[in-house]
Amino acid sequence: MENLVQIAIQNVNIDAILPSLVLCSFGMVLLLMNAFMPRGKSTPAAWFSLVAIIVTGIVSLAAWNKPEFGFFGGVALDNYATFFNIIFLVAAGLTILMSDDYLKREGYPVGEFYTLILFATAGSMVMASGTNLMMIFLGLEILSVSLYVLAGFFRNQTKSNEAGLKYFLLGAFSTGFLLYGIALLYGVTGTFDLARMGEFVSANPEAISNPMAVAGLMLLSTGFLFKIAAAPFHMWTPDTYQGAPTPITAFMSAGPKAAAFAGFIRILILGLGSMKAEWTSLLWIIAVLTMIVGNVIAIYQTDIKRTLAYSSIAHAGYALVGIVAANEIGVSGILFYMLAYTFMNLGAFAVLVLVGKKGEENLTLDGFAGFGYKRPWLAIAMVIFLFSLMGIPPTAGFAGKFYIFAGAVKAGYIWLAVIGVLNSAVSLYYYLRIMVAMYFKAPTEEFEWIKMSAPVVASIVIAVVGVLYMGILPGGVISLAKNALF
Amino acid sequence: MQNLLSWMTFFPLVGLAILLFMPGAKENALKVWTLVVTIITFMISLPLAFDDVFKTSAAMHYTEFSKWISIGDFFQMNYSVGVDGISLWLVMLTTFIMPIAVLSTWNAVDKNVKGFMAMLLLLETAMLGAFISIDLFLFYIFWELMLIPMYFLIGIWGGKNRIYAAVKFFLYTAVGSLLMLVAIIYVYYYGVKTGVATDGFSIVEFYKLGIPGNLQTWLFLAFAFSFAIKVPMFPLHTWLPDAHTEAPTAGSVILAAVLLKMGTYGYVRFAIPLFPEALQTFTPLLATLAVIGIIYGALVAMMQDDVKKLVAYSSVSHLGFVMLGVFAMNLQGMAGGMLQMINHGISTGALFLIVGFLYERRHTREINEFGGLAKKMPIFATIFMIMTFSSIGLPGTNGFVGEFLTILGAFESELRWYAVFATTGVIFAAVYMLWMYQRVMFGECNNPKNADLKDLSAREITLMVPLLVFVFWIGIYPNTFFDKMNPALENLIKQVKSQQQVAMVVPANTGAHSLGNPRLTHPGMPPQGHQ
Repeated sequence: MENLVQIAIQNVNIDAILPSLVLCSFGMVLLLMNAFMPRGKSTPAAWFSLVAIIVTGIVSLAAWNKPEFGFFGGVALDNYATFFNIIFLVAAGLTILMSDDYLKREGYPVGEFYTLILFATAGSMVMASGTNLMMIFLGLEILSVSLYVLAGFFRNQTKSNEAGLKYFLLGAFSTGFLLYGIALLYGVTGTFDLARMGEFVSANPEAISNPMAVAGLMLLSTGFLFKIAAAPFHMWTPDTYQGAPTPITAFMSAGPKAAAFAGFIRILILGLGSMKAEWTSLLWIIAVLTMIVGNVIAIYQTDIKRTLAYSSIAHAGYALVGIVAANEIGVSGILFYMLAYTFMNLGAFAVLVLVGKKGEENLTLDGFAGFGYKRPWLAIAMVIFLFSLMGIPPTAGFAGKFYIFAGAVKAGYIWLAVIGVLNSAVSLYYYLRIMVAMYFKAPTEEFEWIKMSAPVVASIVIAVVGVLYMGILPGGVISLAKNALF
Repeated sequence: MQNLLSWMTFFPLVGLAILLFMPGAKENALKVWTLVVTIITFMISLPLAFDDVFKTSAAMHYTEFSKWISIGDFFQMNYSVGVDGISLWLVMLTTFIMPIAVLSTWNAVDKNVKGFMAMLLLLETAMLGAFISIDLFLFYIFWELMLIPMYFLIGIWGGKNRIYAAVKFFLYTAVGSLLMLVAIIYVYYYGVKTGVATDGFSIVEFYKLGIPGNLQTWLFLAFAFSFAIKVPMFPLHTWLPDAHTEAPTAGSVILAAVLLKMGTYGYVRFAIPLFPEALQTFTPLLATLAVIGIIYGALVAMMQDDVKKLVAYSSVSHLGFVMLGVFAMNLQGMAGGMLQMINHGISTGALFLIVGFLYERRHTREINEFGGLAKKMPIFATIFMIMTFSSIGLPGTNGFVGEFLTILGAFESELRWYAVFATTGVIFAAVYMLWMYQRVMFGECNNPKNADLKDLSAREITLMVPLLVFVFWIGIYPNTFFDKMNPALENLIKQVKSQQQVAMVVPANTGAHSLGNPRLTHPGMPPQGHQ
């Protein structure tokens, strides 16, 4: 017994969980700070959490090329985890930058908002570095619980309540599926550890055709596909995205989605690599369905926030194409695309944060009429984000889609790539429509309520630089993504 | 000059960067600055036109090469540019037409001048970049980049239906090019698999791929579809009349003079030499579409009441001639097609300018609103007359040489009967152009609104004179142009024919790529495989 404890202690490797540990510590200090701060003062909390993000970023980057493992192989802080950690931190950082003035405008200047973002990010990090089903599940729960609260954060607003409740009920349901899946896979393979699971399945090929394994794969996939909002598990997305506070919508569409991809890819390739035939044929259909559903429904939206919500479904579909390809270029394409999407989507939402009036009644296409003439610089930034979301060169969105579709072509999924680009073509229509409103319609508003607050502008500038850098010189980031593969 | 092509391509972008920081209220300063930038760009490109190396060599010249994106065994994309006899005159046409387009907007654009000028400069960089790229990926980037400024030019400064026209333009062109993107990726991986592509997306290497026949069919379709939209070929032409009619004058001029040439250039540079076997399969279909385009465009043009729409439909007809000449796959046809691209740029560009002059004076383009203008505006009448003749293809003008050669080329190839039908297009052209000219310029000046129209101003004459010079230069001594394009075209035809013959001798899928044509190695290219 004593021996076991010793082994357990030897397996504790603080370095392997250092980034999430640092972030959690900051989060807890912030929680205490909030208790002693006067109500209605959230700005110090915002700055403090920003410091937390930067410090964690430095800690994370220090782990690049110096992989750490621990906890009986349950945690691996490899380059893969670090790459995703940076994506989460960028997403969280940009979200925090655009939040402070927004919270004040909407009348909820509460510091706990930032604590929850920090915890959600820490949960994402646990997911990305988990190499054990329980560890990944643990991360997912830390992330999800924070997000349920954040989605319903504006507790006096009905639509925010609706967003939180919908997300919570459906999310809890999907967590159930995920756990069933994990249990069934454990039943077949006798382990939670992904590496050992992979060894078991390749050593016992008959396990692949075991209905329990297939059911486990399906249920587990359902859980993850829910989190990445893939069709047909996307029903919660539009209402949640529309009702949640705008910065949280932005955050949810980038950070947690990337976290779900991180866990999902690790499980599929490391643990269930031998079942590739099964999950590629499943995900092929899901990817196509997701792209089509997201794009086609987005066409019918007149609310820009809702348009972006549906478009984020479509973008999850493009990323799924990379998983189906399941080769080096496809998967590193996903890593690249997640970072690119973080920049372009958070940038676009940051513009919406600035443009929205209190209550955000004006974020419709008509509300944007003539925006390009009244606020030229802001509009140019928005145009860059929209072209990137469309996938028009020279932007990050183009480069990301290019790598993913190239991966699909290389793996022989030419039709999938063709369906993907045709879906991109469909998406052009609704993104162009936003630009039509901004530039081709006569202004009806003066947009005098837009206050160019420095942090929000900073987040937009960072996003523009990110989108253009990754678009014009994508080589640096894609080779990092390539080195990040496990 | 070192790196001449890069200077030429990116100088407008430098100008754009400075333009952005100029005060938006000083409209004249913005216009002058843009004019200066485009003129300097033209000056930079001028040595190309006087370089005799193109007379003897089919290779790429002025090549520049640097690694751009290089990720291990994933991808290599290079900044690889060069000019040969095929792209030379298109590059020159672009740099030449841009100052004219800028000058034409002097009074026409009154809102948001800064944005307009910025879009023109961005467009110039994109167009030049597309013509000089010899890396397929780089070409694609510039090709897509062109959409953005043109979309805004039509959508912001266009006519009544501008939103519809702009969105239609964007969607049509983007859908085509997205499919081409998949084909480009496929070609690249095929090249990597067979070991031919060692230097990224270099088209010089791709020419040697020898892709098996049935694969060629699909890939050719993806490329051909994309370029056919841009040309535009019947029945994919419907975006063109809308875009042309709604675009501001400068936009129409650039669209007609340069952007449409991207499609025909795409065939000559990419679709045909990359997939010679598929070309054989599809030549009857494409030539049929070209001929339908010639006749249909002419007939529809005849029925138009709007001068600008008439000119737009005449483009469909003229581009049909270009395509017919190109598909003839002999030197007469190819050279005629290439020259006809330049001709169309000059004469249709000029006609759009002329329509612009009318519109600026009367704010209408309805033919019925005019009549008897010749007496009021003698200089205008003369220039209009010459450009009309050039568009019809009267001997002595540029149009004659181009159309004659394309039809001759088609007649001497397998496309003999197509040529016979295409010839009717020449007659139709005379009908619709002269009829339009007659209704606008001759007769009694009954409409009181036309009573005190002013003749062309000095600025307007200045921008027409260079175009007139080239109408007669090409019409009387076209060899200046042929001399420099023929070697490259001969080489291209030989290369395509030899691959087609190889394909006939060797069964399609037994690795025809090993039997490459030795003349394919372009001496001007950087050595292969230098990392």
